Amino acid sequence: MQKVIMGNHALSWGALLSRAEVIAAYPITPQTEVVELLSNMCADGDLDAQFIKVESEHSAMAASMGASAAGARTFTATSAQGLALMHEVLHWATGARLPIVMGNINRAMAPPWTIWTEQTDSISERDTGWLQIYTSSIQEIMDSVIQAYKVAEQVYLPVMVVLDSFVLSHTNENCDIPDQSKVDAYLPKFENAYKLDVAKPAAYGGLTGPDWYYELRYKIQKDTERSLDLFEETGKEFGEMFGRPYGLVETYKLDDAEIVLVTSASIASTARPVIDQLREEGHKAGLVRIRVFRPFPSDLLRKLLQGRKKVLVIDRNISFGMSGAFYEETKAALYNEKSAPPMWGYIAGLGGRDVPVDVIKETFLETIKEDHPEGDIIWIGVKK
Amino acid sequence: MKYTIPAEEVMCSGHKACQGCGAALAMRYALKALGPRTIMTFPACCWSVIDGPFPYSAVGVPLFHTAFETAAVVASGIRAGLDARGEEDINVVAWAGDGGTFDIGIQALSGTTERNDNIIYVCYDNEAYMNTGVQRSSATPWGAVTSTTPARHFKQERKKDMMAILAAHSIPYTASASVAYPEDFVKKLNYAKSIKGTKFLHILASCPPGWRSAPELAVQLARLAVQTHVFPLYEIHEGRYFRMSMNPKKKPITEYLKPQGRFRHLTEEQVADMDRMVDERYEYLLEQAERSKPYFEDKKGN
Ligand SMILES: Cc1ncc(C[n+]2csc(CCOP(=O)(O)OP(=O)(O)O)c2C)c(N)n1
Ligand code: SF4
Ligand SMILES: [Mg+2]
Repeated sequence: MQKVIMGNHALSWGALLSRAEVIAAYPITPQTEVVELLSNMCADGDLDAQFIKVESEHSAMAASMGASAAGARTFTATSAQGLALMHEVLHWATGARLPIVMGNINRAMAPPWTIWTEQTDSISERDTGWLQIYTSSIQEIMDSVIQAYKVAEQVYLPVMVVLDSFVLSHTNENCDIPDQSKVDAYLPKFENAYKLDVAKPAAYGGLTGPDWYYELRYKIQKDTERSLDLFEETGKEFGEMFGRPYGLVETYKLDDAEIVLVTSASIASTARPVIDQLREEGHKAGLVRIRVFRPFPSDLLRKLLQGRKKVLVIDRNISFGMSGAFYEETKAALYNEKSAPPMWGYIAGLGGRDVPVDVIKETFLETIKEDHPEGDIIWIGVKK
Repeated sequence: MKYTIPAEEVMCSGHKACQGCGAALAMRYALKALGPRTIMTFPACCWSVIDGPFPYSAVGVPLFHTAFETAAVVASGIRAGLDARGEEDINVVAWAGDGGTFDIGIQALSGTTERNDNIIYVCYDNEAYMNTGVQRSSATPWGAVTSTTPARHFKQERKKDMMAILAAHSIPYTASASVAYPEDFVKKLNYAKSIKGTKFLHILASCPPGWRSAPELAVQLARLAVQTHVFPLYEIHEGRYFRMSMNPKKKPITEYLKPQGRFRHLTEEQVADMDRMVDERYEYLLEQAERSKPYFEDKKGN
């Protein structure tokens, strides 16, 4: 079925098609439509799920943990302040190995109050162990929710599907909504082997000393690494079944590129015409959009970026005192390589500042002009 | 005499509680009433340790350890997860200390209760944060010494009336209990099991190290708390109708206070102050019970 839907509703449709059994969520702009549509889907009987209308995001995640621990496929969604409020229980969901899927709409953190897009909210949670997918189209949001469950349920780790506020959350695009039977074949009903089960009483999360905690963390890391392959496989399989393949990254005119932009989310979509323009002007430009940020596709990026003349990264997030996260991590991934290209790190679009074609072009032209980057942060168009 | 408490034990031996731990006793009786078709969640509290270190567990039922402030809503989540899979006959129990209930967990508990999610919440009340070394909580009684309320500046605030707060949510059933009256506790749990919605049980659980009392007095102190009217046993049905579970002739409050180091510093005058507060509250409960009589006469049985 073809349907014009907004980004937020793509999350709801993703949850519906995945046959989420429990939903616990709390409203926050710009996420509210996700919850509203899901409530309606439940009320109309289109979605046979328990909907817990909790009193906070903290409780949304805590309820999701309970439901997931009981063996149910569980969905929630939030943004910014709500995600930050969940922080303690985000760690809990990972440590308890619960395959919860959550949508997060990137919104800048207050104060000052703001509702516009920026990735610092989800980037702040990168060390909680949640796997993170950064999307760049309405279709991809919906498809990613379905893939997220498929990966989460194999490695017993939670997944966050991330999208830009307004630029994606409130933009309408034509979407292919696949048949339920096809999605069921791709994503069968989940039987959690470690669920709370009165037939097999066991305690989960009890006091653990240094003699075992270390090993439990090792296992999380190993399964996180394994999820990298699984994201690739499930993305490929998704392509075979639905005609839309997905990978860890998406590239554009990369093959012969000498100067490569690495970025994420909607900025990557805007960057395509810039690449075309630059090529017309004689610059061999190319693009890498990082889709899966956790686990970080270090190997793949090493392969794709080694030997290029220059790499620039645009981050719509900031780790104060350091730089943008995509820049930081891409640079770290290439540090030990002999032919690592010099790397420029641009911060743009914080708090929802537009990142139009000419801003992206400016970052390219700056990078082309210079021989070597100065410092780790280049601000673009900031009023000083 | 006929015993009303099931003989079968669900809880195993080998738990890590101190000698004379009321919280451990409370659990043992609770599991006898709840039976093995029960799933529990514990927030941070003494019971996160008592149950035993990984991979051991003393409770004998599935258990999800959770963050300090989340017990009620994790139980809501477990309930929803079970209901989604049609396992509606399993008891879901949040089991938390007074800190996890009266203080840091009150928001989630209020949410769960307002939604009337079908769970049993048991607060074992040892009247301080014992797990972290006996700091005051809002359940610590007036006059008590804790590690954050020293004798020269003992707790100046009265114990929070948690049952009243729950009642204000129109909760179907809330009851107080004591480890010294296990028949009463088991009966209340059985009633809680028999009805849908949120059920809250508030059980006084003596704590020898926290109360600075002898372990062998644990049950006796829990009984004296009831007999001196310090911790009355009563129920509130539908958030409005009160019923005293027993109405013992009042013993002098000093019988309860004297054996406990946490009250040793109190002067005679201060003890008299405390006594007045106890009487005031007891009077209030009796009045409420009197007002509620017609309701229970109509209801009969339970
Ligand atoms: C968010 C958070 N803050 C603080 C703590 C530390 N902490 C663990 S248990 C506890 C006190 C528990 O008191 P109570 O609920 O009364 O249970 P008890 O230990 O008395 O059985 C505290 C403060 C924690 N685990 N989590
Ligand atoms: S400190 Fe008190 S509540 Fe905790 S285990 Fe010891 S006796 Fe029980
Ligand atoms: Mg306590």
